[in-house]
Amino acid sequence: MKLFYILLFTLFLSFPKQSAYGNTLEVCSSCEYKSIKVAIAQAQDFDTIVIKKGLYKEMNIVIDKPLTLIGENYPVIDGEFKGEIITITSDNVTVDGLFIINVGTSYTEDYAAIRVIKSKNFLIQNLKLEKLFFGIFLEKSSDGKVFHNNIIGDAVEEYNSGNGIQLWYCKNIEIDQNIVTHVRDGIYLEFSDFCKITNNKSRENIRYGLHFMFSNDDLYQNNIFQNNGAGVAVMFSKRIKMYDNLFKDNWGSASYGVLLKEINDSEIIGNTFETNTIGINIEGTNRIIYKNNHFTGNGWAIKFRGACYANNFTENNFLYNSFDLSYNSKLNDNKFDHNYWSSYTGYDLDKNGIGDVPYRPVKLFSYIVNRTPETIILLRSLFIDIIDFSEKVSPVFTPDNLLDNYPQMKIITND
Amino acid sequence: MLKILKYSFYDLMRSRWSYVYFFFYLLLGIVLLFLNNNLSKAVITLMNVIITLVPLIGTIFGVMYYYNSKEFTELLLAQPVKRTSIFLGQYFGVALSLSMSLILGLGLPFVFYGVFMSSAIWDFVLLLITGTFLTLIFTALAFNIALANENKIKGFGYAILLWLFMAVIYDGIFLMSLMFFEDYPLDKFSLIATMFNPIDLSRVLILLKLDISALLGYTGAVFQKFFGTNFGFVVSTAVLSIWVLIPTYFIKKQASKKDF
Repeated sequence: MKLFYILLFTLFLSFPKQSAYGNTLEVCSSCEYKSIKVAIAQAQDFDTIVIKKGLYKEMNIVIDKPLTLIGENYPVIDGEFKGEIITITSDNVTVDGLFIINVGTSYTEDYAAIRVIKSKNFLIQNLKLEKLFFGIFLEKSSDGKVFHNNIIGDAVEEYNSGNGIQLWYCKNIEIDQNIVTHVRDGIYLEFSDFCKITNNKSRENIRYGLHFMFSNDDLYQNNIFQNNGAGVAVMFSKRIKMYDNLFKDNWGSASYGVLLKEINDSEIIGNTFETNTIGINIEGTNRIIYKNNHFTGNGWAIKFRGACYANNFTENNFLYNSFDLSYNSKLNDNKFDHNYWSSYTGYDLDKNGIGDVPYRPVKLFSYIVNRTPETIILLRSLFIDIIDFSEKVSPVFTPDNLLDNYPQMKIITND
Repeated sequence: MLKILKYSFYDLMRSRWSYVYFFFYLLLGIVLLFLNNNLSKAVITLMNVIITLVPLIGTIFGVMYYYNSKEFTELLLAQPVKRTSIFLGQYFGVALSLSMSLILGLGLPFVFYGVFMSSAIWDFVLLLITGTFLTLIFTALAFNIALANENKIKGFGYAILLWLFMAVIYDGIFLMSLMFFEDYPLDKFSLIATMFNPIDLSRVLILLKLDISALLGYTGAVFQKFFGTNFGFVVSTAVLSIWVLIPTYFIKKQASKKDF
């Protein structure tokens, strides 16, 4: 038995570098490794590279083996505006606690602070990115996590700026607790399925806070999208779940809380839309459940642009919007039931909490504005109030089956 | 003229109607502020009230005052006083006392609420300025109507019709023409059409100041570009002033010609 232990011990000593836990390599100005690139070149699989505090003027750092890069006290990696800074091409890579600045800008290539190519099981966390073109760019990767990063861009124009977090042909990615500001699109997904976007804050971006296309089965929860140039745009996707997000202050002549285009079979539940020009702009979206959302102080709470069928709006609150609903056809196949409308003027004689008179969310004026946009200049005129009232009494122009048969008398609280 | 202005003013200050008017605005201000708890929302609601009620009260009150003080006016005319100063004095007396009721009635609750500390101060000031302009305009128009019509009933009828036209019918015609000519570019037209109605002009001025312009889309952008600049502000103030000056000129003209 003793002999066996000795044998094992010597075995350990003789192959120190092949242990499954890996070694730790330190990088600093007075360490054995002075540059990150050299450390990566020398490292074995599953080693850990600790980067001490300092300034590292490096770019095109390629991580091509499963390594863990950990920054101590946020070492600064300065790309000097020359190009891409870190590229990950291997599975099982962790990057943690770095401060990456000065990514190069190009009109032909999408330089990123960190790019992940065809990798699995990566973890990118606690990074601070500033002065960037693209921030975190994931392509054809899966099963990774982007956690708790802080991306602060300095984008001014759309054409020469990049996106904060971009996913392209990815699967099963978790994007959690990131803060993205002042880039073109805060979070951008293209052809990326089964992703979870949770607890992020995307503010003051030039174009969209969140933008996705052709990305199915994704979950968006507890995110905050505030004061973005054009709000949030989501297009051509199926089976999306948007829960408990906040869309706020997306205010401008072409801004939306959410722009939905060709979205099918999705759920939009528990979100708050506050002071947006248009809360939700809906075009060609079918079979979507809108439930327990709050629409407060928007110009238009919901604007239908056509080809929307079998959508179901239940138990939402519509509070003090200039227009609750804008609808552009006489045909209606969508259901609006059990919502609370702050402009509902009906009564509830049997005291069951449901108004006895159905509510018509589409005003005549919103119909007119849809036809002739210039007429909006008459907003809040006495004449408009009068024709709205007469249309409410006997609908002629607005679809007569578009009504909430069970308008709630009290604000719906869902928790 | 100043003496007659002073006399009319004090006469109105003593009358019940000024107080009713004053307390109405005071109550409105208090209720709006303390039920709403949101200064900029209160300003929007106030705007709705001001652009319909102020012209209505201005017209009715102007006509009423003229007919009520007609005997006194005839007495004055027998004295060696210039005609124009009698009528202009009366007009400014009415208009100023109405404006004062408006400004004090709305101003007091807002001051107590703390409008000076808030960013809504300029919106509020703009609201009061347009309210005052509307009072001046519609009282002048009312005086014109009253001077032109000996018959009280006719005078009242025309006055109410004037208000109805400016507040409601004009917008109806405006809307119809916008819809009828929807294939043509309409921004310039709607800009000009707004200028021709003081109620619309005030409404648009306040709406644009309240950052609602984004809602107005492309048309809003055109309007914002016009009214948002100093030039636009000067032009709209000038237009409102013209709206005061022309009826006042006609009061003068009618007064000097009229046979009593």
